[in-house]
Amino acid sequence: MVIVLTKENFDQEVLKSHLPVLVDFWATWCGPCQRVHPILESLSEEVRGLAKICKLDVDAEYEIADDFGILSIPTIVAFKDGKVINSMIGVQSKETLKKMLGL
Amino acid sequence: MKKVIIIGYGPAGISAAIYLKRAGIDPLVIGKDLGALEGYADLIENYYGFSEPIEGKKLIEQGIEQAKRLKIEVLHDSVISLKPGETGFTVVTTKHKYQAHSVLLSTGKTRTTLNIPGFIKYRGKGISLCATCDGYFYRKKKLAIIGCGAYMLHELEYLNRLTSDITVFTHGNDLDSDLEYPIIKDQILSFKGTDKVTHIETTQGLYPIDGVFIALGVPSSIDFASQLGVIVEKNSLVVDENYQTNVEGLFAAGDIIGGKLQIAKAVYDGMEAADAIYQYLKDKT
Repeated sequence: MVIVLTKENFDQEVLKSHLPVLVDFWATWCGPCQRVHPILESLSEEVRGLAKICKLDVDAEYEIADDFGILSIPTIVAFKDGKVINSMIGVQSKETLKKMLGL
Repeated sequence: MKKVIIIGYGPAGISAAIYLKRAGIDPLVIGKDLGALEGYADLIENYYGFSEPIEGKKLIEQGIEQAKRLKIEVLHDSVISLKPGETGFTVVTTKHKYQAHSVLLSTGKTRTTLNIPGFIKYRGKGISLCATCDGYFYRKKKLAIIGCGAYMLHELEYLNRLTSDITVFTHGNDLDSDLEYPIIKDQILSFKGTDKVTHIETTQGLYPIDGVFIALGVPSSIDFASQLGVIVEKNSLVVDENYQTNVEGLFAAGDIIGGKLQIAKAVYDGMEAADAIYQYLKDKT
């Protein structure tokens, strides 16, 4: 399952998470972003219990996108212990995403 | 509506076209140059069937002639836009617009990278290679677009809907059309900024900007891929065992998918991709 992030749950789900977290910054108007979703769905099943897979709509939650300086989407950011450990622009394969999470 | 458009007329593209034609499908092949072999200095000695070494350029030209003799439609033009359509893809060239059920990218791998200080640092931090991906972040902002040809005009048309404050930087090139935007023809020396880009420095001075869009020359396969959401790894397009990318109906073959940069491998790719495209079109109808 891919967790939908908002201002309300971002701290709890991402920054305070004990598991590594992947956050996909996306928007409805962004064509290539739509290609990321099936990859994330499949990844979230594979890494169940090992990592959390999340997505954040940059239009709905622009404050958070601004905080992380997102100016190009899709941008995928990996967090561990509340810190950014990896960040990539563009659609990535499942294998690359796993490596970003350190799995 | 075309069944398949092949972009690139090197060994992979032409081989795919020949095998598709033989399978009863009429492809349209669009190419702009002879790719990696155009300026290849050495003669080709390791490809099967040539008792005497042959120039790379000549081999590619003969491949194009071979396709034409087999009554394959070959067009010399540059593709400036490749987008998903209602039932397939829309392919826009400098002169034409086509619809196709499937597309094969076989453009080779020559890529013009922008060798300007600050480009790598600010890519994704104010510098964008894709207007349709990132344009929305710059609504009502001060933008620069770098380019001088049909590709730039195509991207400009899109950005124009988001902001009216756009300056065109040709980076030392001439502009072959009249535009109602400020035009800076000086060479760009660097991109400057803090955590994101704030200025373009040219030989004549510093220009403040909020965002920069790059549309120099013609888009590469990697540019098309990024705009469509194709998975790109190590500067190669990722394909499955059927030469299909993660975008349904979009196939790729030859140097652009990585592996050995050899004619024999590109020809093999083309043949296999043709089979896969044939099967894909058959399953769809």
